[in-house]
Amino acid sequence: MDTTMSNKAKNGLGLVSIVIMIWTIIPLLWIVATSLKSDAALADPKQNVLGNFWPKDISWDNYKLIFSGGASDLFVPALWHSIIVCVVATVISVALATFCAYAISRLDFPGKKLILTSSLAVSFFPVIAMVTPLFNLWRQVGLFDTIPGLIIPYLALTLPLSIWTLSAFFQQIPWEMEQAAQVDGATSWQAFVKVVAPLAAPGVFTTAIIAFFTAWNDFVFSSNLTAQNAQTVPAALNFFTGASQFVQPTGAICAAAVIVTIPVVILVLVFQRRIVTGLTSGAVKG
Amino acid sequence: MTTINLEHIVKKYGDGFPAINDVSLDIKDGEFVILVGPSGSGKSTLLRMIVGLEDITSGDLLINDKRVNDLAPRDRNLAMVFQNYALYPHLSVFENIAFPLRLQKGKHSEAEIKAKVEDAAGMLELTEHLDRKPGNLSGGQRQRVAMGRAIVRDADAFLFDEPLSNLDAKLRGQMRTEIARMQRRLGITTVYVTHDQTEAMTLGDKVAVLKRGVLQQIASPRELYEQPVNLFVAGFIGSPPMNFLPARVDGSTLKLPFVDVPISGELESKVQGKDVVIVGLRPEHLKDATVETAPQHSVHFNAVVDQTEWLGNEQYAYIPYDADPSVQEQLDELDRDLDGEGMRTQLVVNLDARSRVLEGDEAELAFDPAVMQVFDPETGDSLTRDEAKAAEIAADSEKMRKAALERAKAREASQAERSA
Amino acid sequence: MTTVDIKPEVSSQEAAHLSDRAKAERNLGWKLAGPAFVIMLLVTLYPICYAVYLSLFNYRLTDPAGRKLVWLQNYVTALSDPLFWQAFGTTFAIVVITLIVELVLGMAIAMVMNKVVWPRRTLRTIVLIPYAIVTVVSAFSWKYAAQIDTGFFNHWLHTLTFGAWDEQFNWFGGWFSSIVIICFSEIWKTTPFMSLLLLAGLAQVDSAQEEAAKVDGATWWQRFTKVILPNMKAALMVALLFRTLDAVRIYDNPYVMTGGANKTTTLSMLVGTETVSRVEIGMGSALAVILFVIVLIIAFIFVKLFKVDLTTSGRS
Repeated sequence: MDTTMSNKAKNGLGLVSIVIMIWTIIPLLWIVATSLKSDAALADPKQNVLGNFWPKDISWDNYKLIFSGGASDLFVPALWHSIIVCVVATVISVALATFCAYAISRLDFPGKKLILTSSLAVSFFPVIAMVTPLFNLWRQVGLFDTIPGLIIPYLALTLPLSIWTLSAFFQQIPWEMEQAAQVDGATSWQAFVKVVAPLAAPGVFTTAIIAFFTAWNDFVFSSNLTAQNAQTVPAALNFFTGASQFVQPTGAICAAAVIVTIPVVILVLVFQRRIVTGLTSGAVKG
Repeated sequence: MTTINLEHIVKKYGDGFPAINDVSLDIKDGEFVILVGPSGSGKSTLLRMIVGLEDITSGDLLINDKRVNDLAPRDRNLAMVFQNYALYPHLSVFENIAFPLRLQKGKHSEAEIKAKVEDAAGMLELTEHLDRKPGNLSGGQRQRVAMGRAIVRDADAFLFDEPLSNLDAKLRGQMRTEIARMQRRLGITTVYVTHDQTEAMTLGDKVAVLKRGVLQQIASPRELYEQPVNLFVAGFIGSPPMNFLPARVDGSTLKLPFVDVPISGELESKVQGKDVVIVGLRPEHLKDATVETAPQHSVHFNAVVDQTEWLGNEQYAYIPYDADPSVQEQLDELDRDLDGEGMRTQLVVNLDARSRVLEGDEAELAFDPAVMQVFDPETGDSLTRDEAKAAEIAADSEKMRKAALERAKAREASQAERSA
Repeated sequence: MTTVDIKPEVSSQEAAHLSDRAKAERNLGWKLAGPAFVIMLLVTLYPICYAVYLSLFNYRLTDPAGRKLVWLQNYVTALSDPLFWQAFGTTFAIVVITLIVELVLGMAIAMVMNKVVWPRRTLRTIVLIPYAIVTVVSAFSWKYAAQIDTGFFNHWLHTLTFGAWDEQFNWFGGWFSSIVIICFSEIWKTTPFMSLLLLAGLAQVDSAQEEAAKVDGATWWQRFTKVILPNMKAALMVALLFRTLDAVRIYDNPYVMTGGANKTTTLSMLVGTETVSRVEIGMGSALAVILFVIVLIIAFIFVKLFKVDLTTSGRS
């Protein structure tokens, strides 16, 4: 760390940091604030403070609405769909990518570079371009609006990302350890369980988090390839209706948005450092 | 009792280039053998072939007279210390040392493991660090953990791959003596790879000098120093390195850049028919005639000293000269083989510290022609190597090695008695 | 006894032994890497190829019997349709605006994160949050913040400008103001990723070089442009490429905010409506292929012109 920095510069940077953090946090606070407003308070500046920002009286009505009220039919299944589809897609792609990345970083075989390059190229594909043919195909084979019909395209999002990120992680593992273990008398299996797996686990775990974020974020596939039987939360948010025909579903949407945001924020707070390593090591040599 | 025999070992990579070419070595029980050479000489490859991390393309590797070419590393029962130690970062120091024991399931009880690890840790002064992770240790401590892992095994032999190269100079000296003491105490067969010739000379019972995958000479350090078989060995062993001077052959006289040296007998007949030979002179064999009495039959000459370095206990003087172009190419190639930089041709003289030669002065120097090494410029072979003398040195070294082992054993026994 | 034996000849039969082992390694390599590779291509490349095929037909999902091979007619129709060029223009505007702002902002945040002493850890954590937030959530947040009835933007701007700003300003009433809000959401959500990539690049700049430049008398700006930027060019280019390709595909944000009103339909949204709402599979596929080609061209420009080498990064 720069010890020569003057106190003035330090304080200046600290101040700028706080501005950056406020800019980052306001939209989050805003969505929480809106979710806590009663229908009456939503569009009434008099019932809110800080320029229509924070409600004077906190109301939990919106959360009741999405979990047990009128919107629960839509939201609760969607939450389950989101969890199932994202977890399954993440597990499948990370499992496949682990073998793949191990081979790439550990073994010498032709085509290594091809695999890496194509996994990168594929992650640049415009996902919407895959929607049209899949929409047509899924309609014909009956996968439209089903859980597997969503897991398969999600693999297109998570698999290339996992291969790329894990390869970068595995490249940094000192594979000499494995040889040392063999000389110490370990079988290949023992070397894997006692030495390789503990060293590789953090990378696999981090990759899983990043892959999960990507799947969790998807809107394109879910909004176009499902109706109601497999719809995930991001897509379902667009189909919320208000308590009556004349009331906007704003509060309910915000409450649902807060619910799907909580798990990712927790993951970020706990694993910040690992996620940053995972995001950047694949893209920039470091 | 462990012997290791390498018979015509060859290692070829995919492109057909032999990294190791037909190396044969016999390593006796309890012997400390050094593999030394410049980078790219194949010394590490050879070690990794012994331990089983590299395939042997052809030839036989015998451990205790059993062919082990196709055995996995785990079945060879050898312990190895890696260059960057290869400590397991997720395990504590205790668990790192215990690792090989834990792998032999059911062979050791928990109490046994604890006793063995603590014993090894005590020997290496690691006792208070047993609960720490390798990431928090200093370089020297990591090095000792790696050695601890090798010791607890009761392995048949120790293999070291440049174990001290990541340590600073002072620590390197300490660990060097530590390794020597441990080897003598355990009396275990040891193969040690290094590019540092101080380590090679001080540690080895025998030193094998490799150049581009080919074994040049294997002998005791003293024999390598006094009776090298060729230019490469002569140039590689010794610090500062041996001076190589071109010399014109004129009947029974060798004309060196500064002085003419009379020759006779066997050497005279060996150089007949050659125009030029290369003469090797060790820096310490040149004396300042004004402060030291040169041995009898010494030749004397005067030369202008360009630069001096006074080190307290000794002093170096540098004397530039123009090399004979006819052998320049051979000397340049030798320099490249020795990882040199192709610097100017100069004579390095190791003078007595009392010598008062100043830069720019003309010094009066002398040397005994008997210590002069003469090499064939075409083949690089030594023309002055005395086989009888070499055999004598070898026998002498072997006797000293056995004596050292006996002494270490006796000391061990008396210590055990005292503690019992 | 120690023996020295030097014989340079090697029998050639042993060469086969080595290649056997290499072959085994090759086999194992493909056995481990193959499944992932094949599945990846199956779920990505296959739809694209299928889209190219479908794009050659005039084909409505509701009228399978009327399916007719029309060759490139769909492309001709699409490229001569003002709607397409409108979407192209909107997408282009969003790409340019977000890219410029994110580059400047991302660089500034990266430099602050690189140098800041306090609150170092907190800053890095907080900044990462938007990256993890679902895009749709971000879109809703910004949408509601800008709306006249539920929002706070107009109130805050009204206060900050001492009443000059109209409290009833309709952000979603026109093309440009809609684009501004869309860009705000996009910038808020994706700048963290950008600044993390740039931070990784900054961390690679040798601080000794910076100090040398300081000693040589370089000003802050000179150090930035002559030492820091050239040294992190690779990271900069990678970040730019990632962001450009990401922005070209923009879908979630405008879909949620405007639904395409006021000509704010982007290329991706056009593909979506054509396929799902109008079930014009042939036309939708043609538009998808066009979008795909645009992405290819951009990637090609980056790799060839700016010499972005992605495969060497993270690879040995």
